[in-house]
Amino acid sequence: MLEIKGLEVKLEEEDKQILKGVDLKIEPGTVHAIMGPNGSGKSTLSYVLSGKDGYEVTAGSAALEGDDLLEMEPEDRAAKGLFLAFQYPVEIPGVGNMTFLRTAVNAQRKARGEEELSAGDFLKEVRAKAKDLKIDADMLKRPVNVGFSGGEKKRNEILQMAMLEPKMCILDETDSGLDVDAMKLVAEGVNALRSEGRSFLVITHYQRLLDHIKPDIVHIMANGRIVKSGGPELALEVENNGYADILAEVA
Amino acid sequence: MALAKQKMDTTEARLADVVVPQGATWGNAVRADAMARVRQMGLPTKRDEYWKYTDPTSLTAAGTPDAAVFITDEAPLFADVDRVKVVFVDGVFDAEASDDLAAEGVEIERLADAMDTDIHWAKDLYGVLETRGQNPVHRPLAALNTALATDGIVIRVTGKASKPINLIYLHNDASSDAMLHNLVKVEAGAEVTLLETGPAAARFSKQLEVEVAEGGTFHHVRAQGRDHERRAVTHCFARIAANSTFKSFTLTFNGVLTRNECILEIVGDDAVAHVAGVCVGDGKDFHHDDTVFVTHDALNGESRQVFKKVLRNGATGVFQGKILVKEGAQKTDGYQISQSLLLDDDSQFLAKPELEIYADDVACSHGSTSGAIDETALFYLRSRGVSHDDARNLLTLSFLAEALEEIEDEGLAEDLRARLEGWLTRHR
Repeated sequence: MLEIKGLEVKLEEEDKQILKGVDLKIEPGTVHAIMGPNGSGKSTLSYVLSGKDGYEVTAGSAALEGDDLLEMEPEDRAAKGLFLAFQYPVEIPGVGNMTFLRTAVNAQRKARGEEELSAGDFLKEVRAKAKDLKIDADMLKRPVNVGFSGGEKKRNEILQMAMLEPKMCILDETDSGLDVDAMKLVAEGVNALRSEGRSFLVITHYQRLLDHIKPDIVHIMANGRIVKSGGPELALEVENNGYADILAEVA
Repeated sequence: MALAKQKMDTTEARLADVVVPQGATWGNAVRADAMARVRQMGLPTKRDEYWKYTDPTSLTAAGTPDAAVFITDEAPLFADVDRVKVVFVDGVFDAEASDDLAAEGVEIERLADAMDTDIHWAKDLYGVLETRGQNPVHRPLAALNTALATDGIVIRVTGKASKPINLIYLHNDASSDAMLHNLVKVEAGAEVTLLETGPAAARFSKQLEVEVAEGGTFHHVRAQGRDHERRAVTHCFARIAANSTFKSFTLTFNGVLTRNECILEIVGDDAVAHVAGVCVGDGKDFHHDDTVFVTHDALNGESRQVFKKVLRNGATGVFQGKILVKEGAQKTDGYQISQSLLLDDDSQFLAKPELEIYADDVACSHGSTSGAIDETALFYLRSRGVSHDDARNLLTLSFLAEALEEIEDEGLAEDLRARLEGWLTRHR
């Protein structure tokens, strides 16, 4: 599904190397988790994959189903099936959540040469999916993320994911700012989307999210590289002993 | 002193050959008085503080440069709205193209007919609010309009008007120079919506005087036409009585020079006065000026000024807005916001927000900002598959939303939003 080879990235504005050779291969239908201390480059990886400005790729490649992601505009990556659930979902005053969702869904369908969803079909689908995530009609009407609580914003991200039906979902610290109940709700939303054709990359500081979204493979990222990979037990090791032991071991 | 003398000499020279229209009755004296006001104030120059950001030269000059007639195959604005159409072509009333000047709850007449009627309500309004509005700031171009306006419409609203009245200003002659003066008198408890659309002329001076009596409601939605070379100066004077509502919204596309002045006076308690505007301008020749003066002279009044401008390729936007709260106008709630979205580094926005408050129990706020498109929001939208250009349109419309929300009728607002979207799509 996603194949990253030797990816090196620096900040565009300053001479600061963030990713120093990342290799990662995610098979269809699998859930990978990346854990790591602050500043290890986890969020940068998600931004570079989704096409945010401000980063310069100095070496390496990233491909989604064989297509070079790094050459594409962000909207083309999305149409190709990439989705990033933001750590800090952006507030957009003046744009209704529903309008936003419909614009996004139809833009992607159009880009893929599919027919646009009719207003009726769209409404039916969005209502059903919103209900599962306990998103009420009012939240759908309000401007995108404006006045939403932390939990509501994250649920709204998952709703977008559910509507857009991407192949490769990246969740950037989706657990940050969530209480236990909200985290469970978000995790259920994610689990409902797990399928053979869909892969996930879950970026998190803490093991607790991985209690709810069970990963197949866990990677530890430090200082711009993936330093260790393993099964779910690796996350438990981090939880119990912190990163220091692992980092010392690979140093 | 020398400057004042020079200004008067220039004014006299400019007015020497001007012929004031003559009618049968009261209009002649009113026009003569207005002309005297112009002579006393002098025509504006760019040395005047009130014209610091907008050069009035091409508005005061004896003639006007031609403005090419703009041809479009777009359906006319508000085509689907059931309305009374009152059509002016290059500033001249066109009876053929207009509907019957009749609807339930309103009396509509041509200004000339009102001026030829000895005893007419228009006598107590024509030039009256303009004269009141000359203090504390001179508005000589409004007085000039009162003196010279050749046509216009007068509307008396006696009940709830059964449909909106749409003044349509068509432009067919590249060199037309038009002056129109309209009156609206909303009687106690009556209600009307006035629509104004179209460019009118190569150069257009237009004045609207509105009297809203107790418990009356006046809604005003205006779209100045898309003609690229149009020059326009407009004045709207309103006197707003107790428990009444005045709401005015203006959308401006294109034009080289537009100065829209709105002078509102709340004279009765518990009244509401809102004025809002959106302009979108492209290119160095685009200059748009909103000048607003709201006076609170009663208890518990609410006023809002909401102005948003989208400027690109070196366009210039100006906002001069004032809230004056007079002594005793307690519990006034005044709000003013002027914002520009600058789509490049060459465009500029000049804002002069002012508050002058002589009452001690009021809530007044004002704000003014200039900014670019929010890159974070742009990326967020693009990451969901929305193309760069569509995302920019969406964010631009969202920037304009607060002003568009001032239009109460959703259908009218939607019409204007669609036109804005079209403009944004054409200007990528």
